[in-house]
Amino acid sequence: MKRLAERGRVDRSRALSFTFDGRSFSGFEGDTLASALLAEGERVVARSVYHGRPRGVFSAGRDEPSAYVQLGEGPRSEPLQQATRVELVAGIVARGLAGVGSLSDEPDTDRYDKLHAHCDVLVIGGGPAGSAAAWAAGRAGARTILLEDEAELGGHLLGVPPSAPDTAARAWLDDKIRELASFAETSVATRTVATGLYDGGTVYALETRKRPGDPASAHRIARRLWQIQAREIVLATGALERPIVFSGNDLPGVMLANAGRAYLNRYGVLCGQQAVVFTTNDSAYAGALELVEAGCRVACIVDTRDDPQGELVARAQAAGVDVRVGSAVAIAHGGSSVEAVDVGRLDGESATAPDLERQECDLLLVSGGWDPQAQLARHVGARVLARPTGGGFSVDVPPRRTALAGACNCTFALSSALLEGIGAGERAAAARGFSAPPEPAPEVDEPLAEAPRPVFFVAPPDGDLSRCYVDLHRDTTAADIKRAVGAGLTSIEHVKRYTSAGTGADQGRTAGVNVAAVTAELLGAPLSEVGLQNARPPTVPVAFAALAGRNRGEMYDPVRVTPIHEWHVEHGAVFEDVGQWKRPWYYPRGDEALDAAVLRECAAVRASVGMIDASTLGKIELRGPDVVEFLNRMYTNAFDTLAVGSCRYGLMCTLDGMVFDDGVVMRVDDERFIATTTTGGAAAVMDWCEEWLQTEWPELEVYVTSVTEQWATVALAGPAARNVLARATGIPLDNGSFPFMAIRDGAVAGIPARVCRVSFSGELAFEINVEGLSGLSLWEALWEAGQPDGIVPYGTESMHALRAEKGYVIVGQETDGTVTPLDLGMGWIVSRKKPQHFVGKRSLGRTDTNRPDRKQLVGLRPTDPSARLPEGAQLVLDPDQPVPMRMVGHVTSSYESAVLGSTFALALLESGSDRNGEIVYAPLVDGAIAAEVTSPVFYDPENERRDG
Amino acid sequence: MSHHFEHPRDLWRAKEPRAAYDVVIVGGGGHGLSTAYYLATNHGITNVAVLEKGWLAGGNIARNTTVIRSNYLWDESAAIYEHSLKLWEGLADELDYDLLFDQRGVLNLAHSLHDVREGTRRVNANRLNGVDAEWLDADAVKEFCPIVNTSEDLRYPVLGATLQRRGGIARHEHVAWGYARKATELGVDIVEGCEVTGIDVASGRVRGVQTSRGPIAANRIALVASGHSSVLAEMAGLRLPIQSHPLQALVSELLEQRLGCVVMSGAVHVYVSQAHKGELVLGAGIDSYNSYAQRGSFHIIERQMAAAVELFPLFSRAHVLRTWAGIVDVTPDASPIVGLTPVEGLYVNCGWGTGGFKATPGSGWVLAQTIANDAPDSLNEPFSLERFASGRLIDEHGAAGVAH
Ligand SMILES: Cc1cc2nc3c(=O)[nH]c(=O)nc-3n(C[C@H](O)[C@H](O)[C@H](O)COP(=O)(O)OP(=O)(O)OC[C@H]3O[C@@H](n4cnc5c(N)ncnc54)[C@H](O)[C@@H]3O)c2cc1C
Repeated sequence: MKRLAERGRVDRSRALSFTFDGRSFSGFEGDTLASALLAEGERVVARSVYHGRPRGVFSAGRDEPSAYVQLGEGPRSEPLQQATRVELVAGIVARGLAGVGSLSDEPDTDRYDKLHAHCDVLVIGGGPAGSAAAWAAGRAGARTILLEDEAELGGHLLGVPPSAPDTAARAWLDDKIRELASFAETSVATRTVATGLYDGGTVYALETRKRPGDPASAHRIARRLWQIQAREIVLATGALERPIVFSGNDLPGVMLANAGRAYLNRYGVLCGQQAVVFTTNDSAYAGALELVEAGCRVACIVDTRDDPQGELVARAQAAGVDVRVGSAVAIAHGGSSVEAVDVGRLDGESATAPDLERQECDLLLVSGGWDPQAQLARHVGARVLARPTGGGFSVDVPPRRTALAGACNCTFALSSALLEGIGAGERAAAARGFSAPPEPAPEVDEPLAEAPRPVFFVAPPDGDLSRCYVDLHRDTTAADIKRAVGAGLTSIEHVKRYTSAGTGADQGRTAGVNVAAVTAELLGAPLSEVGLQNARPPTVPVAFAALAGRNRGEMYDPVRVTPIHEWHVEHGAVFEDVGQWKRPWYYPRGDEALDAAVLRECAAVRASVGMIDASTLGKIELRGPDVVEFLNRMYTNAFDTLAVGSCRYGLMCTLDGMVFDDGVVMRVDDERFIATTTTGGAAAVMDWCEEWLQTEWPELEVYVTSVTEQWATVALAGPAARNVLARATGIPLDNGSFPFMAIRDGAVAGIPARVCRVSFSGELAFEINVEGLSGLSLWEALWEAGQPDGIVPYGTESMHALRAEKGYVIVGQETDGTVTPLDLGMGWIVSRKKPQHFVGKRSLGRTDTNRPDRKQLVGLRPTDPSARLPEGAQLVLDPDQPVPMRMVGHVTSSYESAVLGSTFALALLESGSDRNGEIVYAPLVDGAIAAEVTSPVFYDPENERRDG
Repeated sequence: MSHHFEHPRDLWRAKEPRAAYDVVIVGGGGHGLSTAYYLATNHGITNVAVLEKGWLAGGNIARNTTVIRSNYLWDESAAIYEHSLKLWEGLADELDYDLLFDQRGVLNLAHSLHDVREGTRRVNANRLNGVDAEWLDADAVKEFCPIVNTSEDLRYPVLGATLQRRGGIARHEHVAWGYARKATELGVDIVEGCEVTGIDVASGRVRGVQTSRGPIAANRIALVASGHSSVLAEMAGLRLPIQSHPLQALVSELLEQRLGCVVMSGAVHVYVSQAHKGELVLGAGIDSYNSYAQRGSFHIIERQMAAAVELFPLFSRAHVLRTWAGIVDVTPDASPIVGLTPVEGLYVNCGWGTGGFKATPGSGWVLAQTIANDAPDSLNEPFSLERFASGRLIDEHGAAGVAH
């Protein structure tokens, strides 16, 4: 057992059993998986990704490069979790990984949430500086949010024993942390890690609610993604200890010095019996002294500095520890764990003198110095500069409205970090207009730290770099970097890509600076020139599901249904997705298939009457003194000539003159129109209108409002439509009183309604619009009124077939963004008279848009009247030509027609309007279908039925 | 243990720019480097400099999701992309570099009747153009890619898919470095950290460029700068019909192999593949605003992940490791501009937008041809700048699904 009886913050009264690599272990409440494994004496917990080398626990936090596990089983199995960041809970099952995780086939049963928060001051990091900043901002009255990745506030102090000399400061901080909870406008989110900083003060953060791997958690929500809008940001994200690169530095038992200290003080775990400490600075001494006190033999402290004089150094010497100055560890030896190190005098910055001294040990604690962690600032473009002392890099200029405090700002001493935190919190609050009278700052008695002597890399005397790990996670060695540099690469980004160093799940936290340093060393260039790899969000891996949040399953995208939807369901409709809408596709009787149902529905419309729910068509209300001018500019045809009480079919083009959308526009008042759009195009048309009004023609006073949901629309079509409607309304319906393209207001089935006489089927037809909520009543009333005429409901497929028989186009089916109104034979709708320069007009005058051999809309009748051309079939003139064939067009719509007694199709065909009577071919996988080119109007070309 | 790749021991050496070259290529991305390579190999023109403002191949070539396919709708597009795909098929040997080019098949899912119609149309067009293409129904999709959710309960159920078996992926930096390596072997100068700040034009003809490392004279200059093309063209007094937008992508951690093909879905906007090392690589849609900052909006990624988890329930617990953005050059018709300009001796190659990685070999091949002959090849002739004046657009929005 490596667990001490005394130390640590774990609860020894609560033992937790867990399974690792199929074996049973036990730890305590307050442990991490890593501390529990170390306590149980497990040294090798994972393998390295490429070389398959044994790997142990290297750190005590987010920086862990080695101890990766697959956590949990079945539906909750999570790939690549850092054992150092898994809070131990009873029943956890974990398995050590070799850098590659696996995904479970069982559906994830967890839920994921999102939360949007707004604040004056966002403080990221709940260590001393961040807690002090949040306290200062919170007491001033600013709405403050403090995010902390770990389960408690305190930061690195959690790994420091209570007996440390800074007791006064810690008491002060504990006090303030308690006080924080009492501020009405301050919230503290623990287990919540900021993942990305974006422009404009947007911060994303990931909250862990259900503890990962916990088989018995009561939380319904596994993770919650916060999107925070902050006016001021204080980054207090601390610093991480940097390892040193030397041969064998990846062996289990080699560990960051502060990690050894944290395992001792936070978890009561002694990571070895005989330690060597290898350091470039004072910070590792405190831990070394604590180890001695806890009963570990510290064989020696290897210090790179020639003459360290600090107080801690003196204390170590006084405690009898052998301090070897001006020295370095050149090689660590061992098999599955470190057994000995070779120590030598430093000769230059990265090599030792050849005579090495062997020292046995089972624990090697390493401190290369401390690197400020300000990746978040870099997400929005902050640059880093090489630090003048201490090695590594620091942020040059923080982003707008963002301050850095504490260790992430290279302020390492506790007292200074607290003061800096308080100052940053106060300033951020003041920037939002909040302040409070000052309170005396805490006093701290800290040993003075002496300057470090940064050493990043120690080459072994034999020059073999193949075991000098620069990135433990990605298995990158100094030899790999040497190879990259030897290949001619000079940029750190090239070295990263050549070697993949720094690209792992640990975000290269322990690797980043050393990759740069080794590269600089091998290039003979200063570190400042080499620079640091880019930092890219997220700071920690985020589960896909956490990003998806609740937008899954049914809630993936809203389902839009009309007020009449339930009726369609009850009457057996099969639905089609049109954008977000569910539209009845057809209404099968019994086990009728699509084609049979469509033939029946179409025949009924042509012979008597049918009804269709047209409520999904987009409806946009346009009002204002300039509305006519605006419509004239947006549509190809003119609207100044449209009388109140009438409607007109209109077409819109894109800037390049291609058909964009179409629909009927009603003039309900002098300055008030309602434009209908295609079902799928409604939002785009609305956007298009707003874009022109807001960015190009702000001088026009027009207000556009989407009213799609506000209206329900039922269309009655067929020779009996008038009879049916007459049973439900007193509006005069005869041809004289209510001609084609007129609109009339009145009551239908007792409901206030606007009725338009328009037709998309070529039959006599009326569209009845009522307030949305009355849609179902209207539908049911018309259904009743239609019974004597045998009315049938019909779906989108029949609607499409009926309109195709008339040669009416569907935007998005006959058009694909390359088709002009003229190509569709709709030159009549392109006004040459109106004075306005409508959108697309200039493009319609271009040479190419006027080519006579463009693809034009035609009809096709297969020579075999039972052969159905597939929609999307390509057309050729000669089916026997070799591939690549010359294609002259394609089939846009194809149906079987009840009234024609045959199949037919619409197509876009090169020079189509000149090809009437010619035969074209659709070569398919199983042979070609021949078809004769016809007019696209197959039925009632004189429009007698529509106008009757 | 995972597959580990070793690059060659020799790539290219940083060069100081000389005072003059026969041809200057502005932009050391994939297209610029392949242009230099084909100038040297196909045309024997080696007094060439590739000027790159940052580190070589650090733009979109280093940021894309590497989907390669040639199943475009229109004849002109199919021809140039198919030419490119054929070059891909021999490229690793030609460059003597393992490009990890893997023709694992590209599925393009259909989720609505409209998608089905457009997918069928494209398959038909591809087949008649000699481009391999198949239409799969939902069951066949499931068979080809078992982890796709083809349940009818899906909000937008999978109704079928187009499949191009010859499509696939490659490793982007290998391609760029492979071209750079061969081009330098043949005598091309690659100059990094050399930003072009001005273009010298006299009597309607280019004379050279101004750079952060001094003036460089050349009578033939090609602008191959993706998202910054319009900025460069402006230096020669040209306005290009290009909008620059951020486009994002992301990777997961390394995962055991589960996805053996590329899956794209325009309707729900996801495209994904699993790289050889094991990370899932996903691309998102463009940000709607214009920008030159290489970062995008996170809500786009949230949406995209929702779609990814819908289509692949298995991905629920995968993690996003890293996101990034590139600046893509989008034209009005979603097709590139490759050819001459009104300024004599000045050539452009841009507008590849969200989908030019697959064109890397073909684009350089035709541009080299164009520069060598001062006239376009038949493959890039339709992709001229004039088409925006004449209206002879090659609109690949409608039927191409996701434009990658
Ligand atoms: C996220 C994302 C995903 C993508 N996915 C795919 C995909 O799956 N499949 C696909 O086919 N395509 C994809 N693409 C598109 C593809 O990456 C690009 O179309 C293609 O890489 C562009 O050509 P390039 O490689 O030459 O561009 P780049 O690599 O961007 O090269 C242009 C170079 O010009 C340099 N430059 C700019 N201005 C100057 C100046 N003034 N002086 C000197 N140099 C300058 C830049 O620094 C840059 O290096 C994607 C793009 C992105 C951003």
